[in-house]
Amino acid sequence: MSSETITSREYITHHLTNLTYGQHADGTWGLAHSGEEAAQMGFWALNVDTFGVSLALGMIFMFVFHRVAKRVTTGVPGGMQNLVEMVVDFVDDNVKGMFHHQSKVIAPMALTIFVWVLMMNIMDLVPIDFLPELGKVFGLHFLKVVPSTDVNITMGLALSVFCVVIFFSIKQKGLGGFAAELAFHPFGKFGLPINLFLEIVNLLAKPISLGLRLFGNLYAGEMIFILIALLPFWIQWALSVPWAIFHILIIVLQAFIFMVLTIVYMAMAFDDH
Amino acid sequence: MNINATILGQVISFAIFVWFCMKFVWPALIGAMEERKKTIADGLEAADRAVRDLELAQNKAVDQLKEAKQEAAVIIDDAKKRASTIIDESKDKAREEGDRLIVSAQAEIEQESNKAREVLRTQVAALAIAGAEKILERSISEADNRDIVDGLAAQL
Repeated sequence: MSSETITSREYITHHLTNLTYGQHADGTWGLAHSGEEAAQMGFWALNVDTFGVSLALGMIFMFVFHRVAKRVTTGVPGGMQNLVEMVVDFVDDNVKGMFHHQSKVIAPMALTIFVWVLMMNIMDLVPIDFLPELGKVFGLHFLKVVPSTDVNITMGLALSVFCVVIFFSIKQKGLGGFAAELAFHPFGKFGLPINLFLEIVNLLAKPISLGLRLFGNLYAGEMIFILIALLPFWIQWALSVPWAIFHILIIVLQAFIFMVLTIVYMAMAFDDH
Repeated sequence: MNINATILGQVISFAIFVWFCMKFVWPALIGAMEERKKTIADGLEAADRAVRDLELAQNKAVDQLKEAKQEAAVIIDDAKKRASTIIDESKDKAREEGDRLIVSAQAEIEQESNKAREVLRTQVAALAIAGAEKILERSISEADNRDIVDGLAAQL
């Protein structure tokens, strides 16, 4: 805890508030100083902290992978190339196992999702107060460092995947084929309204469940780290260490699930029923 | 927990990252990995082939060795046979030579003895004539008695 004057409630609220940049009620642009102020900014505001971290992680990921790809050798691979190739091979195996069509987009997309989400999740293992306290030194009131605990980030990914899936569904089956799939699927021609209702719910459930699953898991994990941080400092390790170790599993698992579901949705877009 | 423009930012950055990955990361890495896979497969195949070749070569070497041994045995047999025939031949030749030498020696001996006998005969004849001359003095002519003396000498 940063100071003895704040209460537990304030501490938790502080940790759950994004550093938001947007238009204040008085018309000026700037950082929000509280959760309510951030909420008043409406849609045209940016969570500088989660988006910044997410962008930085994505750039690190691209930089490292691109550097390896540029210097890639077909001979004996070195340390970093080995790691990168392991990840690429893992993703490639998964894509080949679930997706039996030709597409240049799906494998790089799966790789991007897996590594990026994994890196965003790993931010959860950075000690909870470390970066926010560092942020305070630079005058930032709030700093949420785990991008995947921000619903904007996870839903952003999920919606992107959803758009790609819709795009390939239409490209593959034609607009008519895609509509027919929605209209005639479970009950044939005569159950059209019910079909449409069920299929559209089914379709919309995909991105929502995809995004909210990642968000929920990581948000809950983060929440428990926050609660553990409320304990006296000499006992914190007894809970935070086991939870962190268990959380390693969740971090990898959620990144993996996000990737696998993306591949599955893409495979469904390409498959004919 | 507000939905705001962050979601758009995330969508845009995701699109850029996927594009970048598709363009500059994935093809190079997968290409290199496929190539290495091929190299390794080729290497393993070559190793298999080398093992097979080695086996063949060993079999061939064993065969050749066997053949060479057989050949050597034949040659040795031949040589032994040849040696024994040579020995036999030379024994025969030696025996023949010995016989020939013996025959010629015998002939020579006979010749010598004949010669000696002849000489002896003439000398005995002369001696007998001389003796008879001495006994009979001049009463008996040499010509009258020659046949007797010659007959005596022939009996010798």
